[in-house]
Amino acid sequence: MEIKKMALAGTMESGDIMITLEPNDFGGLEIELNSTVEKQFGCEIRRVVGETLLELGVADARVTAVDKGASDCAIRARVKTAAYRASGKKVHGWGGARQ
Amino acid sequence: MKQLRRTMLYVPGNNPGMINDAGIYSADCIMFDLEDSVSIAEKDSARFLVYEALKTLDLSGKEYLVRINDLESGLGIEDLEAIVRIQKAVIRLPKTESAQDILNCEREIARIEGEAGIELGSTRMMAAVESALGVLNAQEIAGASKRLIGIAIGAEDYVTDLKTSRSPGGVELMFGRSMILLAARAAGIDAIDTVYSDVNNDEGFRDEVSLIKQLGFDGKSIINPRQINIAHQIFTPGIKEIENALAVIEAIKEANSKGSGVISLNGKMIDKPVVLRAQRIIDLAVASGILQKEANYA
Repeated sequence: MEIKKMALAGTMESGDIMITLEPNDFGGLEIELNSTVEKQFGCEIRRVVGETLLELGVADARVTAVDKGASDCAIRARVKTAAYRASGKKVHGWGGARQ
Repeated sequence: MKQLRRTMLYVPGNNPGMINDAGIYSADCIMFDLEDSVSIAEKDSARFLVYEALKTLDLSGKEYLVRINDLESGLGIEDLEAIVRIQKAVIRLPKTESAQDILNCEREIARIEGEAGIELGSTRMMAAVESALGVLNAQEIAGASKRLIGIAIGAEDYVTDLKTSRSPGGVELMFGRSMILLAARAAGIDAIDTVYSDVNNDEGFRDEVSLIKQLGFDGKSIINPRQINIAHQIFTPGIKEIENALAVIEAIKEANSKGSGVISLNGKMIDKPVVLRAQRIIDLAVASGILQKEANYA
């Protein structure tokens, strides 16, 4: 999946995370994180963001994440939403079962 | 044991904080909403969020539902694609107006089950009726599919369609509620009442729950966790009711053992409908955790 344009997903409400995805002209994944729990869970949040993008086949992107205590499932959901919006793709595989 | 549906808590599908907290409340059923509580611009976001939540959250001990978008909107099919594959939630179809609406949704569910290698027929459905036409067709809707576990009335759209508004006594809903209830009973599925929107009016809520329980409904849709305990208090049988039901069952057991068909208890005749009502109270008490042992004498 190619990140073609900037896209946002999520909110600044408690329990949520706001993900901004942009094309990365220099290649690779760059993740900038601002979190209320960065010292406790910063590495974990970055790992979930990175793994979700790799699952989607996103190799090159700049990610800005503003976390308000989101759970792993909320992080994955917001990253996927932002990625689809940024790629312009409409159809998701839903667990890989759908072609 | 029968699935309790005394309370069905609406949770907006695009709010991760509320989705995370939903399981801690004691509602019998949790309904994640992808329809009216989600703006058109966030439909994709909510779908991903509910999908991820259902996939990963510990959902034990409750029944989960997802209210999908109308199939004709184009959004509902994608909702089904996501939710059916997880196999953890009942599909609630909004604004149902005919048996054909149920059959159309069922056809898509069956297709997805086939594509995903899921047992055909394992995904259950619930229909929400929210218009005059839907109420008039309630019987054919409730009987349209073996997947249906219940039928609900959605009052806000329904009263708008009737060209009226909701009143404290709910007189405008009497016909609609009765139709939904009769359709549910004829089809052997549950009947769930509409939401009570004034969350600060506990007394009004209590009156409405008492009314719909008396009508025969199995439960109520709720929009705030503070409404859960009030509804459960009203729907859960009281000690006297349970004692009386147990006495009825005991009396009929004794009569059966003596080969007698009709008996009386405290001067009142005990026949089959009385026994069935007593058994229902006992089943509800067991499902509510008040009685320890499940029994079936009816």
